[in-house]
Parts: sequence; C-alpha cells; structure tokens
Amino acid sequence: MKLLVNGEAHEVAANTLAELLAALDYEGDWLATAVNSDLVHKANRAEFRLSDGDRIEILSPMQGG
Amino acid sequence: MFELLGTTLPSRLLLGTAQYPSPAILADAVKASGTSVVTVSLRREMAGGRAGEKFWSLIRSLGVRILPNTAGCHSVKEAVTTAKMARDVFGTSWIKLEVIGNHDTLQPDVFGLVEAARILCEDGFDVFPYTTDDLVVAERLLEGGCKVLMPWCAPIGSALGPVNITALRSMRGHFPDVPLIVDAGLGRPSHAATVMELGFDAVLLNTAVAKAADPVGMARAFGKAVEAGREAFSSGMLEPRDVAVPSTPTIGRAVFS
Repeated sequence: MKLLVNGEAHEVAANTLAELLAALDYEGDWLATAVNSDLVHKANRAEFRLSDGDRIEILSPMQGG
Repeated sequence: MFELLGTTLPSRLLLGTAQYPSPAILADAVKASGTSVVTVSLRREMAGGRAGEKFWSLIRSLGVRILPNTAGCHSVKEAVTTAKMARDVFGTSWIKLEVIGNHDTLQPDVFGLVEAARILCEDGFDVFPYTTDDLVVAERLLEGGCKVLMPWCAPIGSALGPVNITALRSMRGHFPDVPLIVDAGLGRPSHAATVMELGFDAVLLNTAVAKAADPVGMARAFGKAVEAGREAFSSGMLEPRDVAVPSTPTIGRAVFS
C-alpha cells in the first residue's frame, strides 16, 4: 500500500495503523498519530484500517515555547 | 501561590522549553526559575527515533505541569488536530492555542484563533489562547469558552518588552476577574516586573531565558522579577507626581540663621 508518512512516500504492507507503526519501527507510548489530518487515538490504532494514499502524521514531544 | 483553572501553582512564571544550549541547562533553568508550568510541542518523529522519548522523560523528571502548544499552526484545522494529538500524548486538557497569521511577526490570526478556541472549548479543552491585546478579540475568546487569556506584549522572540502599556492596562481593567498571562515578547526581567506591576496574573517566556549567555542565571532573575512585580502590585504603588515631595520630615528642622 502507498502511504505518505510524515511527508515521505512509503510502500508498506500494513493493514492497520498499529501495523504501520510496527513496520516502520515506531514504538512507545509517547507518540501521537493522525490519519488524513484527524487524530487517531492510541487505543484505536490496532483497529484503524488504512487505505491507499492515506496521509499519516506521527508526532512526539519536542521542545516548545 | 497562584490559582489557575482550579489548580494552585507556586509560581507566576511559565517557561518555554525550546532553544536551550543543552537538556541539562534546560532542566537547571526550569529549577532555577521556580516555575511549575512548562510549555512543550509536538513534532514529527523519525522512524525508529527516540528524540521524543528522551525529551519527554526529561520533562517528566522535573515534576512540573505541562502546557502543550500548537506552535507553527496556521489554520484552524491544523491547530485543532494538533491540540487533540497533544491531549492524547500528554494527558492534559490544557492547550496553549496558537493560530499564526503572519510569517514575519508571528502575529496571531485572531479570526482563526476564536474559531479554534470555540471548537476546542466545546470539546472539553482548557484553552490558553495566544492572542493580541485587542479587547474585542478577548471578548470573543471568552464568549467561546476560554477562561484565561494570553496577550502578547511584543512579537514572539523579539525581546522588545511591553510596547503598548496602555493597551495592556486597558485589558487588565476590562477583565478584572479573568486570569491574564502575558505571553511573548519579554526580553528582560524588568519587562516581566513591569507587566506584573500592571496586575497581570503571570508571564510566559522562553527565548529571553534560553538565549541568555547564562540561561540558568537569567531564569532565576526572571523568577525574582515576577515575584517582585506581583508583590509591588499587591502592595499598592505610589502614583507619579509632577512636584517634589520631601521624604524627610520638615517639622523640627534645625534653624541655623
């Protein structure tokens, strides 16, 4: 499936958001995720099914003012 | 002590966590300032990256309250989604809402800000809107559900200090019961003391501390200035007069001629 992850194109065999995170070596409870500009709660990643062309944002805590 | 949205905070200084020379200096600056609230953001994590984890464990070790921001968002949608993602990660309903309208001045897009604030307040967020000193915008934000306002005193990172004292004083006068936090534009401890003397409830700053030659010393200095300004406000300051008034008693003065 072709996906845009943090602005970069990826070809990944993943059906769900949780599978995508595992496939790309993202782990930890400090990550926030959105698909097509909408939040996907941590608890919902396992059942959230991805579609070809989805835009995924994976964010984590950073310094801020 | 400072009561903010039902939470008692020991300090009236809120501190940003960006631009410090090192994580250790950031941690020391937070401690030296006496702050109990720090701002943080969310940014893209690299695949397999651990930058976020390291920063997040450092912040958690400081034992301070987290105020996530939506810095860099230029649209209502971006800001609302970022706020929701921040709540998911940081586990707090507090959000410093920024909707930026101009690249050069980082001036808030107040129209988008009001709209985003309304959406987030309805969703249960405690919205800290980064706004201008415009009274009508402030009223709209309060109507939209905000319980606190964060007017700038100058553009972000400019270190200009309060450029429109009259507007700030007017804002304080119009909203006597709303917590008002001056956010952005402070450059020196005396700037912080000045706005605290005007009766503002707190200040939020970052660059002035982080980019100082000695951020830890500057954090301590700002902490003292905020305390001094607040105590001066609470103690009732003398109004300026156009004539000299002797401070030493004139009665009982010796006469030598």
